[in-house]
Amino acid sequence: MHLRDRLARIDIHGAPYFFIAPFFILFGIFGAFPLVYTLWVSLHDWSLLGGNEGWVGLENYSELLADGYFWNSLLNTFAIFLIATIPQLIAALALAQVLNSSLRALTFWRIGVIIPCATSVAAVGIIFTMMFARDFGVVNWLIGLVGVEPIAWNQERLPSWIAIATMVDWRWTGYNALILLAALQAVPKDLYESARLDGASAARQFWSITIPMLRPTLMFVVTVSTIGGIQLFTEPLLFNPGANSITGGDTRQFQTSAMYVVEQAFTGQRFGYAATIAWILFVVIVVVSLVNSLLVRRIRSVD
Amino acid sequence: MMSSLAACGGDSDDESGKDVTLRVNLFGKFGYADLYKQFEKENPGVKIVETAEGDLGKYNTQLTQRIAAGTGAGDVVAIEEGQAVNFLASADKFVNLQDHGANDLKDQYLPWKFEGATTADGSTTIGLGTDVGGLAMCYRRDLFEKAGLPTDREQVAALWPTWDAFIATGQKFQAGMKGQKSKFIDSATNTYNSILMQGADHTYFDKDGELVIESNPAIKTAWDKALEMDEMGISAELKSFSPEWNAGFKNGDFATIACPAWMTGYIKDQAGDANAGKWDIATVPGGAGNWGGSWLAVPEASENQDIAIKLVKFLSSADGQLAAFNAVGNLPSNPTLYDDPALKEATNPYFSDAPVGQLFVAGAANLEPVFLGAKNQPVRDAVENSMRAVENGKRSPSEGWSTAVKDAEKVAG
Repeated sequence: MHLRDRLARIDIHGAPYFFIAPFFILFGIFGAFPLVYTLWVSLHDWSLLGGNEGWVGLENYSELLADGYFWNSLLNTFAIFLIATIPQLIAALALAQVLNSSLRALTFWRIGVIIPCATSVAAVGIIFTMMFARDFGVVNWLIGLVGVEPIAWNQERLPSWIAIATMVDWRWTGYNALILLAALQAVPKDLYESARLDGASAARQFWSITIPMLRPTLMFVVTVSTIGGIQLFTEPLLFNPGANSITGGDTRQFQTSAMYVVEQAFTGQRFGYAATIAWILFVVIVVVSLVNSLLVRRIRSVD
Repeated sequence: MMSSLAACGGDSDDESGKDVTLRVNLFGKFGYADLYKQFEKENPGVKIVETAEGDLGKYNTQLTQRIAAGTGAGDVVAIEEGQAVNFLASADKFVNLQDHGANDLKDQYLPWKFEGATTADGSTTIGLGTDVGGLAMCYRRDLFEKAGLPTDREQVAALWPTWDAFIATGQKFQAGMKGQKSKFIDSATNTYNSILMQGADHTYFDKDGELVIESNPAIKTAWDKALEMDEMGISAELKSFSPEWNAGFKNGDFATIACPAWMTGYIKDQAGDANAGKWDIATVPGGAGNWGGSWLAVPEASENQDIAIKLVKFLSSADGQLAAFNAVGNLPSNPTLYDDPALKEATNPYFSDAPVGQLFVAGAANLEPVFLGAKNQPVRDAVENSMRAVENGKRSPSEGWSTAVKDAEKVAG
């Protein structure tokens, strides 16, 4: 009897841990271990092929703080992130509103907005790079119609940021719109009905009902966009095809921090230093995500 | 492992126990398709799968990554000139071909080619030579004619015994084109590399591995000469291997490009059939030079080392090198072939029947080895990047040079 009791107890108290264990085991192997190992590598002089070449303590970190190219890459990353994310979220919200109304062929439109997300990022990169090409690009042709001089999109700083942000938005606006749409549909209709009875305008309904009800979803969307934005890599890489694409332009005008990690690790073969940048980048993402969630939390809840 | 696989499959076929798939990782064009077929025929049960990456920088990054990880590099890999010293520093990651008879094959290669993939103490050889990048100058006959310059390759060669004469010819060309879009050279960087590789027996690093970018006069000389061309307005300012540069071969955006033997295959691909006969080849200013060239190596992590070594020997043999030359124009590193009529008398119909054998072989025989340090690639990237920034008007030449030196010092560590 005792054994049975004990087994029953283990069953009741232990089973939940057993069921969630796979996640934690996988997270431990693929999440926590690399994180800790990267930290370990960052405290060493570590060459890619030669391996560990000795403990250097925080030397890599102090070098990083004085590294102008790192700060340059962080500036690029944040600039592209802001230029991409703010219009993207506004557009996604607007799209979600439209898709939430009674359109003809609604399913068609809803599937339509997600298609860019399903296209390969390499294809997007190549097509957009051609569209933004200096000599034969369609964008320069279009702005030429209204009398604007052709722009060397991938050579100037701000234009390159805008072009890369466009690529990001092209892929992710629809995805975010669908997530927001799902949340919109969960907003109880009677809230709007009673607001209308009270004489609330459409704008008032939007700000006082829709936005607060979307708060958790907005938080999710903002956090995911932040992580994606700070880790931005492929789009700017493809925007600089040919020799030396990892530097993000001749004067590093659009090299993101993720690109700088790869440049240091594989072109420079400085694995320890690259690990340092990766760790600092991780810290930056955590801090920015916290700030974001504080900001989003300021949105008044409905109740 | 093979026997266990066969057991698992329950296959009663006698051959199945010997089935091996050899993975060959290369960049660009090596022209091995027919050689693979021959090797597969002579070695039943062997199947060869080649992956070729078009972008050398990307290839080097991936290869380094996979060699460092000890997995995924395949059974046979190509090591490019600029990476050899880097991999020699980790020679234990590759099969030492001296344990497999490489010393007996030594005479097959130009001495410096063999030494280039051998450690300084002479004990380990990680790769066998394929091609060398003997330099010539490819030019567009049709554009030369338009600009009122001679088109015959002997006369063209006579226009530019030196790089100064080359620049003067460029100015004449540009004047003759009367404002049309075509420029004389593709970019400052390619010309810079050609001049640099002719200039000394080492470039950014001396043989002790010290960065000498400021004290080696060959670098500043090549830098100034290349940027002089840009200032003269004779450069199309196109970035190597970019889509615009690729399109430039077809559209005639530039009339000349310094071309190592291996580039003839690339030009033919990019310019396409429509431009057959418009290109020709003359000797390069300033005498012979070398740009590129490779070795084939077997990673230590390969599970099929014996048959992979056999394939490396086969591909890098005289017959293999000649077949690759015929397929894509890569210049053999085997000097016995230099007297072989099959190479010496070869012409390239795409390049107006230019006597490529003669042109490239003449240069190859006099080639002097150029020592490239372990960090050659990142330093070269940094310098070229800064040069492009000057070309695009983002920096003055003196700012560009100081940035190049600063960046080089940084990446050289």
